[in-house]
Amino acid sequence: MSDVADRVKKIVVEHLGVEEDKVTENASFIDDLGADSLDTVELVMAFEEEFGVEIPDDAAEKILTVKDAIDFIEKANG
Amino acid sequence: MFDLTGKTALVTGATGGIGGEIAKALAAAGAKVALSGTRVERLEAVAAEIGENAVVVPGNLADSASVDGLIKQAEEALGGQLDILVNNAGITRDQLAMRLKDDDWQAVIDVNLTAAFKLARNSLRGMMKRRFGRIINIASIVGVTGNPGQTNYAAAKAGMIGWSKSLAQEVAVRGITVNCVAPGFITTAMTDELADAQKEKLLGSIPAGRMGESAEIAAAVLYLASTEAGYVTGQTLHVNGGMAMI
Repeated sequence: MSDVADRVKKIVVEHLGVEEDKVTENASFIDDLGADSLDTVELVMAFEEEFGVEIPDDAAEKILTVKDAIDFIEKANG
Repeated sequence: MFDLTGKTALVTGATGGIGGEIAKALAAAGAKVALSGTRVERLEAVAAEIGENAVVVPGNLADSASVDGLIKQAEEALGGQLDILVNNAGITRDQLAMRLKDDDWQAVIDVNLTAAFKLARNSLRGMMKRRFGRIINIASIVGVTGNPGQTNYAAAKAGMIGWSKSLAQEVAVRGITVNCVAPGFITTAMTDELADAQKEKLLGSIPAGRMGESAEIAAAVLYLASTEAGYVTGQTLHVNGGMAMI
């Protein structure tokens, strides 16, 4: 597993207070991890800070799963 | 009660009577306060009166670049993220609706409604992270009752009350409250412009029988800024001597 994936999962666990094993790559923030719309905004803010990337609103709307977040960050930092 | 030690605040329109008193009240409770406004000399004078708990952050809310940068500028001057935002700055361009020019409509909407919203939005990030924030908007009785000659001002203030309620619902779960204080007729430069006959008539409609003082608005703001008011959100606190009971 990549370093980015580990860090993304750690942020998700901390922000949403969910069990680590539930944070699989295909897990949806809202449907599987119980996030509400405000949580997703906060997650995006946390990703931006952790990875020093800017996630524009139209990209943020498409980040629905853990994998979406990892992919966006890897591409932005690649 | 109402101890704001360690908290930071930004007060817009701190050159005015009400804004200056709000800044003083927050600083007296221990907050570090950034004073914003267009008249730098006046800001410096208020800051000097407050002492070490005040910093000056000039800004013109009629200028959108100034609005966009103000929160960051204030946070830099305060040396930390903002805990308390007081949207106090406001302008009037009174005219009967039939004669009201588009520019005078727009200027009042831009400063009193749009700039205040943008400042609130731009201050949320730090507040969300720290699970604490106080956004206090100085509305007006006119935003609820209307007033001839003030269609623009009433629209902006009613709009402010509306967005405050929406935002309050969005962020309540993060420990951020959003409230309005609606002054009635307060002794300030803005009300000094009224003719004596107008003032007499107004006084007749105020059960308290007098105009209000800026310090009485500041006291309401201090309460809403406190940790003790954490369960009060989306409200409009009317401070008007009983002029309208709503």
